[in-house]
Amino acid sequence: MTTPATPPRLELRHASKRFGEVRALIDASLTLRRGEVHALLGENGAGKSTLVKILAGVHQPDGGELLVDGQPCRFARPSAAIAAGIAVIYQEPTLFPDLSIAENIYMGRQPLDRIGRIRYDVMEQAVEEMLVSLGVQLKAAQLVRGLSIADQQVVEIAKALSLNANVLIMDEPTAALSKPEVERLFAIAERLRDAGVAILFITHRLEEVFRLTQRITIMRDGAAVHFAATSEMDHDSIVAKMVGRDLATYYPKVDVVPGEVALSVNKLTRRGVFKNISFDVRRGEIVALAGLVGAGRSEVARAIFGIDPVDGGEVLVQGKRLQLGKPALAVNAGLALVPEDRRQQGLALDLPIARNASLTVLARLGRHGLISANTERQLAAHWGGKLKLKAHTMDVAAGTLSGGNQQKVVLGKWLATNPHVLIIDEPTRGIDVGAKAEVYQTLTDLVQAGMAVLMISSELPEVLGMADRVLVMCEGRITADIPRSEANEERIMAAALGQAEQPLRRAA
Amino acid sequence: MNSIVHMPKAIPINSPTVPVEMTGLTQPASKTEPSRWFLFLGRHRESTLIAVLLALIAGTALASPHFLNLQNLRDVLLNVAIISMLTAGMTVVMLMRHIDLSISSTVGITAYAVGSLFVAIPGLPVPVAVLAGVLIGCAAGCINGALVTFGRVPSLVATLSTLYIFRGIDYAWVHGGQINATSLPDSFALLANGDVLGVPVLVLIALAVLTVIGYYLKHYRGGREFYAIGSNPEAANLAGIRVSRRVFKGFVLSGALAGLAGVLWLARFGTVDASTAKGIELQVVAAAVVGSVAITGGVGNVWGATLGALLLGVINLSLVVLKVSPFWQLAIQGALIVLAIATDTLLSRAIARWTMKKRDHGEA
Ligand SMILES: Nc1ncnc2c1ncn2[C@@H]1O[C@H](COP(=O)(O)OP(=O)(O)OP(=O)(O)O)[C@@H](O)[C@H]1O
Ligand SMILES: [Mg+2]
Repeated sequence: MTTPATPPRLELRHASKRFGEVRALIDASLTLRRGEVHALLGENGAGKSTLVKILAGVHQPDGGELLVDGQPCRFARPSAAIAAGIAVIYQEPTLFPDLSIAENIYMGRQPLDRIGRIRYDVMEQAVEEMLVSLGVQLKAAQLVRGLSIADQQVVEIAKALSLNANVLIMDEPTAALSKPEVERLFAIAERLRDAGVAILFITHRLEEVFRLTQRITIMRDGAAVHFAATSEMDHDSIVAKMVGRDLATYYPKVDVVPGEVALSVNKLTRRGVFKNISFDVRRGEIVALAGLVGAGRSEVARAIFGIDPVDGGEVLVQGKRLQLGKPALAVNAGLALVPEDRRQQGLALDLPIARNASLTVLARLGRHGLISANTERQLAAHWGGKLKLKAHTMDVAAGTLSGGNQQKVVLGKWLATNPHVLIIDEPTRGIDVGAKAEVYQTLTDLVQAGMAVLMISSELPEVLGMADRVLVMCEGRITADIPRSEANEERIMAAALGQAEQPLRRAA
Repeated sequence: MNSIVHMPKAIPINSPTVPVEMTGLTQPASKTEPSRWFLFLGRHRESTLIAVLLALIAGTALASPHFLNLQNLRDVLLNVAIISMLTAGMTVVMLMRHIDLSISSTVGITAYAVGSLFVAIPGLPVPVAVLAGVLIGCAAGCINGALVTFGRVPSLVATLSTLYIFRGIDYAWVHGGQINATSLPDSFALLANGDVLGVPVLVLIALAVLTVIGYYLKHYRGGREFYAIGSNPEAANLAGIRVSRRVFKGFVLSGALAGLAGVLWLARFGTVDASTAKGIELQVVAAAVVGSVAITGGVGNVWGATLGALLLGVINLSLVVLKVSPFWQLAIQGALIVLAIATDTLLSRAIARWTMKKRDHGEA
């Protein structure tokens, strides 16, 4: 690494930042050196993204100093940080859906000819090469609207790389990626690191920290609390520093004797998407729906809930046939769906937390058609407390919450409906370790109280740790139904890849 | 504790390699093929508009022998020329997810101001008069831009107020008076009514203005920034675009075009009073929307908007030729706007659904 003589590439000292009443940063410090990948860790709402936005010139710190190559510096706006060689991949996608991939990548920096016209040919060729080197099948001239979340992330990465920056900041870049894409990103990060780029990497997946990073900064409640070399730390010591306590059992699985069938899906088919999907979920049971991203799991959930149309099959809730295609009827029948893309599908970002949390239960809260703000706030506070929501009051706009805390609001909103059947898509994406344990505990409490849970998850340990039964989907079909006692990683992966399995219990 | 293992993403399936048991899942070719028409429509909105325009002309010509003649062509082009310049300005503003309702008042006040200038200085050179009009329009645009960017007033509210304020000033100033063609030099009237090789000068001016703006929007960084801002304002800021500055410029451009349109209005009609151009802001918005400029920003271009203006102009004339009551004209304009927006929404939904399917299953 660098000798003491060369100053660090980027240094933030004792930065603080308030948003009105909220103290997002209190005492944040960070040293980023050339040729290292540096992990920035902390619970949801610890202030990681706020720190990133200060380095990127999006927010101005209230106090503290910023040094670039040892020189004091202030970024008045994002273009100043870009000019200083800092590239940022933000936690939320920052793309222009109506423009092409190439334009998204080069916006504001398009190659020009002598009289200032944009050279589309040069631009698209450069982007085409970049996309090939990233190993994705995207076209430079393609519109961004309609890209999957993973592909959007790839465009973000390409955008950051195209800056040829010597500081690269990545705020949870891997949250929406699956294994091969993560590996590709890591290979690129390592190449850049070896070329002397300083990389700041934020993630909630600790195994990625050990895989990629050299040093660690841990934040808690707006302050940097621990600096160390990655090699000096292990999983448990990081978690302890992050949450300020030791976590008890991670997967609080209890055995519940399953009751009667709460959700029964029969030969559900949507042409081109999934076919002959049949399974039961009993009260007190957690059934995991595993499989590769794109196997059709979320689509099945959406069809059961009535969001997407189906071409055949039926769904019974508590033994009663559910009329498909009408989400309102599904809610009335006692179904709840926590969607995968929570920011887009689950939250009204401009509304206060309390209002968001009560949207699903307005009818119940109302007295003579009027809804009392107090009842709303109580409801939000109840679930907020259960999920350890970090928010100043229940009256702030949901959009100002940290990424992980937004997810908790959506979760609380659906739990407030007291459903008989909870369908939850990727329950812990973007949620920190502490809150993960809370989510697992909540799920356990819910099934103990007799709820039936269908959990879609791509995280195998979560599936193995929490599920009573694992259904595996591959290419729109259920390829395996494995009881808890027989489930292991190999069997699930084999079924997810469509390799031969023992005959199904309920063959389609 | 447990390490978290992530599952690999499904390998995209391309139709030729789809395993046998999967073919039942993929849509039969006969079902996918006809569903592509919307892709064509979505990519070629301009061609669709041209087709509708031609059909309309052919239909009216068949119904009435008095429709197809040079005088009507000339009238339509002259009418649309001024509207289309305003529509170009509106396009720029709408691309940024804003709106400028004040343009009609700007046109009115500029026309009267330039007319008064001619009354005060009879020998005023025509280029100076045009420049004066554009500058007055710029000033109006600056006020709108300042309200929206510095004042953070939503553009709908800001320009609705300036629509009334500018018109109010106009009324107070004109005070029941009028500018007459007799006060205007002949060389000035030629701006609108002169011909070059049989083409009205006004139409040539409009074409030149539209070409410059259309080219700028497509080929210059500044032009693309209008799209970026409307498509995702927050991302535009993060990409280093000076959003406020660009929005301000957009409103100034819209104002400048309204100023130019005011001068040309004066040249064309000669008579100007306090209610000149009242209400055309909605015609202009309608033309832009019919020309598939999205009110939600980020989508559209000057040529589409111009076709929208042309279509509305031809419809109005057709209704006159077919002796339809003027009340119906408004209703038909309204219906057309609804139709345009509905088509856009349905198209984009169809396309979104299609790309989603294609993405998940490697079809097509
Ligand atoms: N614009 C804003 N207005 C008000 N409060 C804000 C704003 N931005 C962030 N905050 C608050 O600042 C705190 C820190 O948020 P930040 O986004 O930095 O957390 P984070 O560490 O990135 O969390 P996560 O892991 O969930 O992404 C949170 O309590 C959040 O609600
Ligand atoms: Mg964050």
